[in-house]
Amino acid sequence: MSDNILEMRSITKTFPGVKALDDVNLSVQRGEIHAICGENGAGKSTLMKVLSGVYPHGTYQGEIHFDGKLGEFGSINDSEARGIVIIHQELALIPYLSVAENIFLGNEQKTRGLIDWDKTNAEAAKLLARVGLSENPTTPVNQLGVGKQQLIEIAKALSKRVKILILDEPTAALNDSDSAHLLDLLRHLRGQGITCIMISHKLNEITDIADSTTIIRDGKTIETLKVGPEFTQDRIIRGMVGRDLENRYPEHVSSVGEEIFAIEDWTVHHPTQHDRVIVDNASLHVNKGEIVGIAGLMGAGRTELAMSVFGRSYGSKISGTVRMHGKPVNLKTVSDAIDVGIAYVSEDRKRYGLNLIQDIKTNTTAAGLSKISRGGWVNSNEELKVAEEYRTSLRTKTPNVHALVGKLSGGNQQKVVLAKWMFTDPELLILDEPTRGIDVGAKYEIYTIINKLADQGKAVLVISSELPELLGICDRIYTLSAGTITGCVPKEHATQESLMELMTKEKERV
Amino acid sequence: MSETKGLVALVTRNLRQSGIYIAFVAIVILFAILTDGILLAPNNLTNLVLQYSYILILAIGMVMVIIAGHIDLSVGSVVALSGAVAAVLIQQQGWPWWAAVLAALVAGLLVGVWQGFWIAFVGIPAFIVTLAGMLLFRGLALLILSNISISIYDPAYKQVAGGFFNGLIGGDGYDAFTLVIFGIGILGFAVMQWRARMARLAYQQDVESMPLFIGKLVVVAIVVMAFAWQLATARGLPYVLILLAALIMIYTMITKRTIFGRHIYAIGGNLAAAQLSGVKVKWVNFSIFVNMGFLAALAGIVFSSRSSSAQPAAGEMFELDAIAACFIGGAAVTGGIGTVIGAMVGGLIMAVMSNGMSILGVDQSIQSVIKGLILLLAVAFDVYNKRRAGTR
Repeated sequence: MSDNILEMRSITKTFPGVKALDDVNLSVQRGEIHAICGENGAGKSTLMKVLSGVYPHGTYQGEIHFDGKLGEFGSINDSEARGIVIIHQELALIPYLSVAENIFLGNEQKTRGLIDWDKTNAEAAKLLARVGLSENPTTPVNQLGVGKQQLIEIAKALSKRVKILILDEPTAALNDSDSAHLLDLLRHLRGQGITCIMISHKLNEITDIADSTTIIRDGKTIETLKVGPEFTQDRIIRGMVGRDLENRYPEHVSSVGEEIFAIEDWTVHHPTQHDRVIVDNASLHVNKGEIVGIAGLMGAGRTELAMSVFGRSYGSKISGTVRMHGKPVNLKTVSDAIDVGIAYVSEDRKRYGLNLIQDIKTNTTAAGLSKISRGGWVNSNEELKVAEEYRTSLRTKTPNVHALVGKLSGGNQQKVVLAKWMFTDPELLILDEPTRGIDVGAKYEIYTIINKLADQGKAVLVISSELPELLGICDRIYTLSAGTITGCVPKEHATQESLMELMTKEKERV
Repeated sequence: MSETKGLVALVTRNLRQSGIYIAFVAIVILFAILTDGILLAPNNLTNLVLQYSYILILAIGMVMVIIAGHIDLSVGSVVALSGAVAAVLIQQQGWPWWAAVLAALVAGLLVGVWQGFWIAFVGIPAFIVTLAGMLLFRGLALLILSNISISIYDPAYKQVAGGFFNGLIGGDGYDAFTLVIFGIGILGFAVMQWRARMARLAYQQDVESMPLFIGKLVVVAIVVMAFAWQLATARGLPYVLILLAALIMIYTMITKRTIFGRHIYAIGGNLAAAQLSGVKVKWVNFSIFVNMGFLAALAGIVFSSRSSSAQPAAGEMFELDAIAACFIGGAAVTGGIGTVIGAMVGGLIMAVMSNGMSILGVDQSIQSVIKGLILLLAVAFDVYNKRRAGTR
């Protein structure tokens, strides 16, 4: 048997109503870089949370063997003590503290109960040298770029005598040169005997650096590939998406009319890091009665694209044209966007869509109050009538419209958000992850509503992480990769494989 | 729906609100018994209204500030400032009383514009802006008054808080006009309730059963007319009470029935969602603070009129009384929840307790301890309620 530093056997983790992990097995060899890939929501992060003790021992089934012993971790502290360190996608550094303070946060270098600053800074300098940084340890972290902050996270991990370093999407927020530097560092650490587990969507990075990769799909391990002739991007894609399309989507034939909405050369920069391009020269259009999808992996810029169009709710230095019915429109605020007939249903209904402490009626009319009021006065009876109509037509499961939205299930909450935006009578509906976190039955109902909207002559733009969903309901699908539109595929020609290939395609460098 | 069921539904539908009414009634009864009825004696009731009117005016503006998720610590200083402006203009510049009142109101609006600008358009937290305002406007008031009290002798100005309608249409041992006005008020209330009921029926909504509906109106009518009788047998109908009633009605309508009011709740309930629903958040926040400045100036006029003077220390701690009234009245600390009526009842609970304890001769120090505990318990109840409701 080969020298496995980590064996996770038959891991099963259930959340109320959902089996997030189902009999997952993972073996990692000592001193290798092991990639884990899978679609959004496949269970990668859950698996890593089980490993690092975020979900403590006893809340899952199965066993973990680590470094020759059984691993029963009750908390992150337990797993860190054994040498398992996880670096999350969102960096966990404290911006106003110095590099050295961050590295030793929670692990302060003390003499006689007081912090020994000389020792702290000297040790920090040594660790920084190991990750190839020459910064002064007393520099506040917020003065460094994201790339360097990522390296400081690694230095922090090294200070804990790490045996397995887990990186969740380490290069998602980095530019090309920073990414290259980080990958070099990982190779270097491998040379020093540190094992790495890397979650990544960037298949070229995986084939570039990993020694093996485990593919997870729908909470199950599909296969583990080792470096060799089989170790290609195409092969990994096939593993990631190879699932049957069941009959989970209502039959629908769209009658497509003239163009309603289009963007041209749309470019958006990060709201605070003004030199980072998030959406790069994107152009797309949606026709009357057409359901168009946007496919892209996490971080591809899907939501950012939609929100920047919707009254510049995201981003800075936005350039490009938005056209409604062929005429350019200037959408500076959300109310401008609503006025020209655009509705945006957010992917996070609790944070961006609903007022959870108000009732269904108030939420339903929140974006279209002017439709039921005269001279600034709201007609509350008309409001009730409207809310009741949507409750009946969307079949929201609630006794009446006075129920607090916070008490509804995910699917019913989503119906309230849909009602809210349908009430503004838009011409274009942008639906961002319309079925996230809701059960299969409710999904089918949402698809039916989407089809009805298209039949009424609305243009519908659906953003989704689930490729089968896009293939099931869309007439046409755009693929987005790292902010660039890499393709536009009609439904008849689209397969999960071809989409995934376009979604992971790096843009051609000029 | 049976009658008892209707009543239970009425109480439980909004425990947060009905809880506060029940507490209010209990406190009134408690102190009425403890003080051998002195609490409800005609003169005392009149005094109670006059004494707390300015806190209630402040609480109207404050509850809107709190619903939107902000706080205003400066209102006490603005009370002093507006009183100082009016006093100096009347006593030292010889302005007529109405011009001085207008000037004081304009001063309040300017204060609101100033604070609203920093909060809404620069984006500085209201806590900081109004903490600075608390110092700033107190200082300005002192400057205007040159650090001394100014007595106001203008009889018309003193009438604002000290005036009564009495004897307009006669009455023997009581003021008939007061009773007539209250009677008209109740009638108006009944008509509005009836029309709302009819409209709900027209839209095929549930309404409470007819006996319950009439019973509710009768109870309200009896309580209100009893209150009116007590006023009528004392000094008559205070001008301030009419002002207060008008403000409560107007602001209840604004918060409940206008787009602007809805937007205040939307901002406090979920700022990000409000923004993405097209609410002009900056302008709404700005308007809320301009309005608060206006109401604080109005409270300052009432206060200086009642004390017939503008004092450097006027309005100290008023902000805390107004904030406490809102929270006792069911406003949520995190914003998004609260009503004008609730804040009024919250203010009255504090008024009845202070007044009752004063009659009983309870020491100021003990009064302060008890008020502090009541505030804490009210917010604890709110937090407990929310946890029990368990928004998913």
